[in-house]
Order: sequence, then C-alpha cells, then structure tokens
Amino acid sequence: MNEWTIAIIKVVFIWSWTLLIATIMTWVERRGSALIQDRLGPNIAGPFGLFQPLADGIKLFTKEEFAPKHAHKILFTLGPVLFAIQAFSAYAVIPFGDKIVINAKEIVLQVADVNIGFLFVLAVGSLAVYGFVVGGWGSNNKYSLLGGLRATAQLLSYEVPLGLAMLAVCMTYGSFSLREISLDQAGTFLGFLPNWGIFKQPLGFLVFIVAAYAEANRVPFDLPEAESELVAGYHTEYGGMRLGLYLFGEYVNLYTLSALMVTIYFGAWHIPYVDMSSYLGPLAYGIVSFLVFFLKCAFFLWLFVWVRWTIPRFRFDQLMGLGWKSLIPLGLLNLFVTAFLIQITV
Amino acid sequence: MGPVKQRIASEDYVTINVGPSHPAMHGTLRAIAYVSGETVLGTDLEIGYLHRGVEKLGENLTYHQFIPITDRLNYCSAIANNVAYEMAVEKLMGVEVPVKAQLIRIIMTELSRIADHIVLVGILGVDLGAFTPFFYLFIQREEIYEIFEWYNGARLTNTFGRIGGVESDLPEDFETRWHELKKGLEKAIDETDKLLTHNRIWMDRTIGVTPISAEDALSWGFTGPCLRACGVKRDLRKDEPYSLYSQFDFDVPTGKHGDVFDRYMIRMIEMQESMKIIDQAFDLYKQLGPNEPLMAKVPKIIKPPEGEVYHAIESPNGELGFYIKSDGTDKPYRIKIRPPCYMIFQAFDELIQGEMISDLIACLSSLNIIAGELDR
Repeated sequence: MNEWTIAIIKVVFIWSWTLLIATIMTWVERRGSALIQDRLGPNIAGPFGLFQPLADGIKLFTKEEFAPKHAHKILFTLGPVLFAIQAFSAYAVIPFGDKIVINAKEIVLQVADVNIGFLFVLAVGSLAVYGFVVGGWGSNNKYSLLGGLRATAQLLSYEVPLGLAMLAVCMTYGSFSLREISLDQAGTFLGFLPNWGIFKQPLGFLVFIVAAYAEANRVPFDLPEAESELVAGYHTEYGGMRLGLYLFGEYVNLYTLSALMVTIYFGAWHIPYVDMSSYLGPLAYGIVSFLVFFLKCAFFLWLFVWVRWTIPRFRFDQLMGLGWKSLIPLGLLNLFVTAFLIQITV
Repeated sequence: MGPVKQRIASEDYVTINVGPSHPAMHGTLRAIAYVSGETVLGTDLEIGYLHRGVEKLGENLTYHQFIPITDRLNYCSAIANNVAYEMAVEKLMGVEVPVKAQLIRIIMTELSRIADHIVLVGILGVDLGAFTPFFYLFIQREEIYEIFEWYNGARLTNTFGRIGGVESDLPEDFETRWHELKKGLEKAIDETDKLLTHNRIWMDRTIGVTPISAEDALSWGFTGPCLRACGVKRDLRKDEPYSLYSQFDFDVPTGKHGDVFDRYMIRMIEMQESMKIIDQAFDLYKQLGPNEPLMAKVPKIIKPPEGEVYHAIESPNGELGFYIKSDGTDKPYRIKIRPPCYMIFQAFDELIQGEMISDLIACLSSLNIIAGELDR
C-alpha cells in the first residue's frame, strides 16, 4: 500500500465514521432525552429503536426538495451545503487513535497531521457561520433571518474565548499540532496527576467547554434555533435533505468538538498510569487506542445530550454578556497565568 | 395598522408576527411585534381568533345545556368553569347545595387548579428552553385526568356537576388513588423546583422580567396568581369565601415584584396549597355517610325567577365571574362571562415594551393567557 491508498482509506473511514456517529447520535439524543424525561423514546424500529435514524434518513432523502417561492434559489441550497462541508472537513486534523502497524507499515490514525492543526480547526469551524447566515438570508423569512443574525453574533463572539483557551494549550505543550499535543499527554506530572490538559489548564477547560457548547448551538446556547421564539430559527423554511444536512452537520460538529476536547484536555488515547503500548501488540494497540479515544468522545457526546435536556436557554443579551464579560476576561487571565507559569518554570 | 405602530416614532423596526400559529402561542393568539434588533418596541394584539360566541350561545340554550359550553372557556381547568357557572345559577335560584356535593366540587376544582398550574409551569419551562420539567409535571397531570375520566368519563372537557349538585359520588377507592397521585405530585413539584427555581439561567431569565406594580396591576384589573405575584393578597376563596372554603386552612402566597419568577413561584406554592385543601375536604367527606344527598331539590327544567346575579369564584387564572340575567323562562336572557385572562392580556403590550423577544414569550407564558377564555 502506498501513501495515497492509505490516505484515501483514512479519509473514507473518517467520513463514514463521523457520519455513523452523527446518525447514532440522533438516536442517542432521542433515547437519552426519553431516559431523562421518563419516556420511552423511539423503540419500534429495530432493537431498541436503533434503526430509527435509518428510517429518518430514508424519510429525509425521499422528501421533496421543496424551496419556498420567495426564497433565494441558490443561497437556499448553498447554506446547508456550506454548513455540511465545514462540519465534515474539521475532523481532518484531529486524531482518532495513536497508530496502527499493518505489514510492518506504521499508519498514524489521523487524516492529516498538519503543524497548524489548531488554526485549521478554528478556521474551518468558523465557516459554520456562513452556513447559518446564508441559509437564514436565503430563506427570506424573518424568523430565519433573526436566527441567522443571532448565529453570526454568537459564533463570532464565542470563537474568541475558544481561541484563547486553545492558545493557552498551545503554550503549555509548545505545539500547534494536535498529534504532538496528544503524544505529550502520556505519563504523569507532579508525580501523581496524569499529564492531561485538564490538569494543566483547568480554567482553560472551563472556558473551552462553555464556548464549545455555544459553538455547537446547543442548549443553553441554542438561540439561533430557539423553537419557542423563532419557530426553528435559521432552518424554519427547510425540509428534506437540506434540513438533514443542517441536522447531521450539527451532530458532526458535536463529535468534532468532543474529539477536540478529548485530544487537548483529556489525554487523547492515553489511559492514566498505564502505558498500553508495552502490553499490547502493535495491531491490538492501534485498535485499543482508537476505542479508548472513542469512549472518551462518547462521554462528551453524552454530556452534550445531558446538558441539553437539563437546563433552560439564555436570553440574547445574557449570552453576549457571558461571552464578552466573563469568558473572554477569563480566557485572557488564563493566558497570562499560563505564560507566567511557563516563564518561571522553564 | 394598529395604534402602537403610529406611536413608534422611529421607522427603524421590523414587524414580526408572533402567532396566530407559532409554537409559543397558547392557542390562537396573535401579537404583531415591532422589533428593533432584539428589542420589542411595542405590540399590536389581535384577539378573537377563537371567538365562538359563547355568550350568545348561552341565550339559546337551556341552563343545563350551557354547562358543556363552559368547558370550552379555560380548557385547562374545565371543572372550575363548570362550578362557577353552576354556582351562579344556584345563587340566582336560591338553592342550597348539599354538603357532600360541595365537598366533591371543591376536591375536583382544586384538582383542576393543580392541572392548570401544571400546564403553566410546564409550558413556561418549555418556552424558556427547559423541556424536561414539562414531562415530570405532565405525567402527573395525566394521573389527574385519569381521576377525572374515572369520575365521569371525560378528561379535558369534563362537564362536571349539575345545577343543584353533582351527578355522581366520588369513585370508591378515591382515597388510595389520591394518595398515589399526591406522592407523585409532590415528587414532580420537588423535581421541577430543583431543576428550575434556583437554576442560575432560570433566575436570570425570569427575575425582574416584565414586572408590574401592585397599583398598575389593580388598575388593569388583574386577579388571581398574577395579582398575588405583585404582593396583593387577594383570593376569593379567603376574601369572599364561597362554598365551604372558610372551613379550610390554607395559605395564600404572595410575591413582591410581579415579575415572571414571582408568577411562577405563586403557581408552584398554590399547587401545594391545593393539595392541602383536597386533604382537608376529603377528611370532611369521609365523615359523611354514603347515602347523603348529592343533589338539591331542583326541578327538571330549570326556570330561575326573574332577576340577575353575578357570582365569581377563584379560578386557577383569577376571578372567573358569571353574570346571568333571567327573564323567568328556561333560557337565560343574557350571560356575560368575566374571564380573568381578558383583563390581564390588556396589560401585555405595556409589560413587554422595551423588553426582548425572548421576554415576550416568557411574559405571555407566565400570564397564562388561554385563548378559549379570552375570546369566548
């Protein structure tokens, strides 16, 4: 196998894997909310209702691609497409395991190990704004427009604290590459704490996770689609697979953000105090590292669901206040403290 | 073009139709909101989408035939409407209702009060983005509806009671059923309280949002929980006790600021007070023998003497009054209903001016505007 074949296999794998996760997440969301709310949730299609996402997918695909008469024909389609493209491309630089050895050939479990991984994630992630605002504008509907505007302001505001938190991580590990940061998190520091980002950057993690929820448009930050105020916000006019792209894109984003959190704060594929590679063969190690990484992601995915069905929604001014008055100062403080600590320890 | 639009001097606004079909509109209300950014400059309120001519219908139906129509006023607590109407007719006829019937009416009215408050608290949560308490509470509301169904077969539009009493006794094991329901209710209210009341986001969203002073509330004609939230301790069950309410020991909660949070808290506490009343009423009920009469002696065809009467009860939403004028025939000459919502909804535009779109939804939810009662 040459480099190209491997790269294509990895791209196809991660594409279908994120799509699978997004599909399963719709099931987890519905069953999870049912669990929290004393209901059953979808349980008819397949065992535990597991085929429900499949049925939903078929439904979305076979629906008429209807566009309202007053909508802008090109922008109306461009919105969801842009959103889906950014959702699927952001994962390219995030690892999904350590490495796997097949036929004495070492394959890194990451599509592209670029040395500016962080910047790539931020840059691609911020394209989501275009998905919302183009869709909201193209729908030519006041609710959609308001949703799109809300999304723009919200995503732009919360990218700043997100970036600040990630910058502090870069300073701690001295690298922009997500793979190098992952590798650095093996072992322990101060003798007993795992060498994970969360222990080195507790405040940074707090800022990051709040900003991540806002970036993902989830409760308590789901203002762009606040159903009780804006009907469905930017996707009010959408139906069929165009709506499907928005919905899938949202779950793919959740997975990307969870994976990012795991990569930079929760030791990627490392298990604390255990060095797996010394116990397992190279192939088994690759698979186990993938599974460990995925389980950690699964926890954060579940956290997204859990939070969504537990707390109410912010008001728009409160959302902005939290972003600009709390998270950004906290992020800056975190940055200064990190810089100071690096100065005195190095 | 409504009056508000002319009042807004600035041309820098967008018109947004909130309703008549909108997920947060309770029934078919319509608020035409003039917004600048996220701020609501004013609203034009359009009512009448659910106008069915209830009062006019009453003039062409006999006194008994009108009871099912009253179900359709505040459909969240149909029993309270039935009882209010029946009591007004009884007052006009000068009929004394047997004690047992009065107790059954009180138990059922308080149950429907709990159901109504459940709807308010649950929907207020949904409108503010907290979906889960809605389910905790609505499971219990379902249990209340099971009891209603068990009593006379109807769930939402109960057509409860007759003029002069009630049609049937409480079902045999009402006691065990009520105790189960009470346990579930207490748990659900407690869980809702834990999820919402002290939640930082919930407090930010509700405290100080669309407050109204006691004077303003009184001059707009507020009654019920919305008035009590402003600190006015007025409850017809205490102040003008009707039926047997003077015999029961219960508190009337009051708030301070008349904001969304106070309106929510009043409902939460009132649910618990209603449970106390049901307990006391059922204790009195148990002391009565099984053969006590359920109906006063009233003729088959109700023909009240010529005259007029106004009788109001404390419905879950506030003062629900029926004015009936009789000309001595079997049909009323005129029925006028005084629904609590109608007076409260007048203040809506004033309440939400300068607030944000999200507050418009929260405010509307907390006032508990029921279109059926508003439009009649």
